[in-house]
Amino acid sequence: MAHGAGGKATRRLVDGLFVPLLYSAVPDSLGDAARVDIDGTSVAITTDSFVVTPLSFPGGSIGELAVNGTVNDLAVSGATAVALVVSFILEAGLPTDVLETEVRAMANAARAAGVHIVAGDTKVVEHGKADRMYIATTGIGRRIPGLDLGPSRVRPGDRIIVSGPIGDHGMTILLARGELDLEADLRSDTRPVLGMVTALADAAGPALRWMRDPTRGGVATTLNELAIDCGLALHVSEAAIPVRDAVRGACELLGLDPLHIANEGQFLAIVAPEKADAALAAIQATAGGEAACIIGDVRTEPAAAVLVTTGYGGGRIVDMLVGDPLPRIC
Amino acid sequence: MKFVDEFRDPEVITRTADEIRSLADPGRHYRLMEVCGGHTHAIYRFGLKDVLPPNIELIHGPGCPVCVLPMGRIDDGLALGRDPNVIFTAFGDMMRVPGAHGSPLERKANGMDVRIVYSPTDALKLARANPDKHVMFFAIGFETTAPSTALTLKRAKAEGIRNFSVFCNHVTIIPAIRAILDSPDMRLDAFIGPGHVSTVIGCRPYEWIARDQGRPIVVSGFEPLDMLQSIVMLLRQLKQGVAIVENQYKRVVPWEGNRAALAAMAEVFELRPFFEWRGLGFISQSALRIRDTYAEWDAERQFQVPGVRVTDPKAAQCGEVLKGVLKPVQCKLFGRECTPERPVGALMVSSEGSCAAYYNYEHRKAASTRLEPATV
Repeated sequence: MAHGAGGKATRRLVDGLFVPLLYSAVPDSLGDAARVDIDGTSVAITTDSFVVTPLSFPGGSIGELAVNGTVNDLAVSGATAVALVVSFILEAGLPTDVLETEVRAMANAARAAGVHIVAGDTKVVEHGKADRMYIATTGIGRRIPGLDLGPSRVRPGDRIIVSGPIGDHGMTILLARGELDLEADLRSDTRPVLGMVTALADAAGPALRWMRDPTRGGVATTLNELAIDCGLALHVSEAAIPVRDAVRGACELLGLDPLHIANEGQFLAIVAPEKADAALAAIQATAGGEAACIIGDVRTEPAAAVLVTTGYGGGRIVDMLVGDPLPRIC
Repeated sequence: MKFVDEFRDPEVITRTADEIRSLADPGRHYRLMEVCGGHTHAIYRFGLKDVLPPNIELIHGPGCPVCVLPMGRIDDGLALGRDPNVIFTAFGDMMRVPGAHGSPLERKANGMDVRIVYSPTDALKLARANPDKHVMFFAIGFETTAPSTALTLKRAKAEGIRNFSVFCNHVTIIPAIRAILDSPDMRLDAFIGPGHVSTVIGCRPYEWIARDQGRPIVVSGFEPLDMLQSIVMLLRQLKQGVAIVENQYKRVVPWEGNRAALAAMAEVFELRPFFEWRGLGFISQSALRIRDTYAEWDAERQFQVPGVRVTDPKAAQCGEVLKGVLKPVQCKLFGRECTPERPVGALMVSSEGSCAAYYNYEHRKAASTRLEPATV
């Protein structure tokens, strides 16, 4: 199970098996989308599958996630989603109204994100061989001109920006399962981030170095991957990280770190210091980006690590998520 | 967040750290043991070592229930879970703890019905919902969790629920502290007393530590300010040359403990003559077993328990780390063969285990220097 949780085991699986056997050319880093050149035209392509349980939860459902997740993977890779193809794997006996609800949710999400669903496939497996329904989406996108993103472009002194409060999605799913007898007024943050990304790209231009959406494994895992890829230290100020009280409270009770909790509608960006304020202002001026903030900066030590600093001169290394506190959240 | 933010206020924390620096004699080395794994976790989680002067050394104690559980007990519990009619339930902390033949999580991946519960009453709920299955709760913990197991057993008996049992691994804190103090290679100046255990047992059971052993002990809360304030209280005692039991965690811990919880424990449990502790060996009267009156719900009596004994891998130095003789990083396996993903010893599994805490939060950090906050 840990191999699917987005943390260390996932990384080992990808680096140890998938990359050596499947990639024709070893990429210098594994971003959220690949670049493919077709007859001189460069496009971005990505794929994602969704196995969340429960299928619907406060603030969203699997259908919405399947569209937004892939649209967002393209967005943080610097591309505007143009078309999606979708595969359904359905468990025999799934009520048709559940399926219809999810298909409608996908249609609405696609409309909101300005992307077309152009092809699809359906498989039905025997009852008991799948958990109600799984959805896989593949997206193709037009690259936003003038952007050059990647860990190799990150420099000491750069600032770390997060688009809004973290942990809403993962904590919502955990509570929606009803196993904890905990209730909180929380909603998943699933939404397209393209509007915010476009505003950021316009404002920062080439000063925008890198972007990712911190989904499984949370902000800590995504930042650790960046730290390893660029070999630098990412210093994050604990007091600056936006976390809703309900998420913080639930994390305190459950012994979890909000930095390890999944998000669906947020992204992290690294921006050169001279453009950081303008970049932040541009995100904040976009609908949904009001709570964006700068949470830290890039330094050289400790190399290839994420360090969270407290207001009183203490600090702790925050590692990638190990294992899986919340199975199947997307 | 109320009752949390007040105890993490940077200004007050900085002031308290200054007070510690002014109280600590620069010519003296202080070795303070935090007994409880929750404190170990908090020390790393909040970066408290960074704000303490270098001559105050914090030694991690035996108060992590997962860490002190011998491997054989896990294998015993899992052996019972192999019965396809049994649902094996345990707290999440147990799931990645390796027995000699894999962890509960690995067994689950291979098809065993293993479920995480957040309370033993959830396991009882599962038994009610699955009358054709037998639900076994693998109970661990000190006096902190033992009362909830006791109350669950009382409820099972009152409701006549027969398809439920407890595999009892509850241990008690006082004999472990005694074993630490009796250890010849142990030199400790004072104790940061366990907070959660003390909500149940109160502060009185620690009096012998101060009276007979001459060691100050302060029962402490788990927020950064709680812990720093407890260190201030210990340093004051050491400076004045006195040794008493003090209660820093008054907002939660009553001096006399929780009588109702103690009564429930006394009704359901009795002391085992001896029990094996990982790293500390056999300690007499250090663990609880289920009384005869509850024998029908005692997994050890309802099933054939293999009684496995597994010695720890030779190279692992869990015992020395557990007693505070070695620091986690001084173990030969630390960070190489033994990591939180592939733990060899239990100290690397639980987030309260000193090795996991050290690995997760500390080991790549540069030597303890005051950290400039990140620029935002």
